[in-house]
Amino acid sequence: MSAAVREGVRQVMAWLHGWVGLLLGWVLFVMCLAGTLSVFKPEIGQWMRPETVATADPADAVQAATDWLAKNSKGSTGWYLTAPNDRSNTVEAAYDSDGAFLYRALDPVSGAAAPRETLGGEFFYRLHFELELPYPWGRLLASLAAMFMLVALITGIIAHRRIFKDYFTFRPAKGQRSWLDGHNALGVLATPFHLMITFTGLVTLASLSMPWGITALYGSDLAKFYQDFTPGFTQRAPTGEKAALAPVAPMLREAQRQLGGTIGRVYVLNPGDKAALVTVYRSDADQIGFNPSQISFDGVTGKPLGTWRETRGAIQTYNIVYGLHMARFAPLATRWLYFLGGVMLTLAIATGMVLWIVKRRERAPLSLGNRILERLNAGFLGGVPLGCAAYLLANRLLPLGLNGRAELEVSIALWTAAAALAIGIALKPRWSWPLLTGATALACAVSALIGLPPSMMSAVLLATAASLALLVRKQLRGPAKRPERKRHAAT
Amino acid sequence: MAGAAQQRAGWRYRANVAARVVAGTIGAYAVAGLFAMALARILPMDRAQAVVPATLLAFLVGPAVTIWAFLARGPWRAWGGVVAFGALFAAIAWAVGAPA
Repeated sequence: MSAAVREGVRQVMAWLHGWVGLLLGWVLFVMCLAGTLSVFKPEIGQWMRPETVATADPADAVQAATDWLAKNSKGSTGWYLTAPNDRSNTVEAAYDSDGAFLYRALDPVSGAAAPRETLGGEFFYRLHFELELPYPWGRLLASLAAMFMLVALITGIIAHRRIFKDYFTFRPAKGQRSWLDGHNALGVLATPFHLMITFTGLVTLASLSMPWGITALYGSDLAKFYQDFTPGFTQRAPTGEKAALAPVAPMLREAQRQLGGTIGRVYVLNPGDKAALVTVYRSDADQIGFNPSQISFDGVTGKPLGTWRETRGAIQTYNIVYGLHMARFAPLATRWLYFLGGVMLTLAIATGMVLWIVKRRERAPLSLGNRILERLNAGFLGGVPLGCAAYLLANRLLPLGLNGRAELEVSIALWTAAAALAIGIALKPRWSWPLLTGATALACAVSALIGLPPSMMSAVLLATAASLALLVRKQLRGPAKRPERKRHAAT
Repeated sequence: MAGAAQQRAGWRYRANVAARVVAGTIGAYAVAGLFAMALARILPMDRAQAVVPATLLAFLVGPAVTIWAFLARGPWRAWGGVVAFGALFAAIAWAVGAPA
């Protein structure tokens, strides 16, 4: 390949990288930010429920949870529980009651819902791939965005001239040059992570976004596919005849004896029915592969029905790809690396979006479309973090025992982000940026400081607030070195 | 007026880009989907397992086709590649047939 052709290829790739990144950049920003926070999903939950401090043996805690759910849910088709572990002291319960789907963290001793009712880290986790949109649209949009991300990464790599040098290059206060250096460094330093997390993320939604391999072999018989794919998942129709659920603690102890390790998830299907079914999954926190082995019990007699251990190579490969994305296996240090990688990808997207504008502004006055884009950038890139911070602040400020408290926290997050977007559109970027960044810094600092014992998360919030405050200072000083400012001064 | 020649050049450029965009998005997805179908059917594994490599690799075929659609020497070649590979994978999937 001649040098000219190679240069042409780079230009085409840079062009494609820019457009692919721009088109779903804001969606990707939300996904990356929420996904990064989800790395610490249990820890965020702990921070958001400071009153719930009791601990109990996992089997006893799940027993208390099922006792409480038997009294406090109506007409449930299933309770999907996660046993407490060394990262979380509560039983996480997702269940339906009276037709509504609920998520509650249950006290491990009393089994009752935590007084500070909140979705905790589950909000960020769901936002990450469902984007607060109804099924399946949120997941489809997330899949589409992930495909764009993969193309953006690959084209970004091909367009690149000097990957190694960019590890060490940052020229501050030089306008476009600095934004490009920052964008490159953020992308290049963690390229393997970015590729891994995007690819594995795509795979987690594959049954929705790339179902054609399944179609080729199973036609429209999806039930048969799921049965083949996860044969351990036992299901049966409710009989309509009522029967009390047998105590689950002995089932969990039996499960632990047979499966080894610790208890992970516990699914109770058809609770209160004669066809009740209890499936216990071994915790996958000690291995990369997701969803390792499981055992089912008859919910009424407590007799084991069957055990399943996945040993098929291809399925295990899938589970490992899935598990790499979920990062549940990750010990503390690895979890921090996932978090840092996520932060870098989030910032790479944000700097890329800003770069689109900076690059065009330094060449000529911005077109109307790009001026709108510039304002939407401030609204999204400044507003989404503000919404997340407002969610944490609402958790601290809303009174306990409020009806629909958990849902109100989410509404506050979404309305705050919407208001921020409106501010981004209404105000000049040179005012909306410091306003939104400053508000985010303030919300982080206040939520870290009010009322409660200091923790690692409070420290991280304060560090975030401090960094954002420095950013505000820089934003207020203004783009003194930007050429267009000089032009204005000259006229 | 900027002149008819320049306008025509602009129109040609836009059509070129539009053709490649459709090839690189819908076309790329179609080729990836057909690839998944073909590979799922030719892999000598049981059904549930064959789905996995077929689907995982399809996610890499997609971006490859997208990049081809924009690097090919002209829009016709871009579409030619998309159609050729799509037809190839469709033919393989069809020839092997659905399992009984």
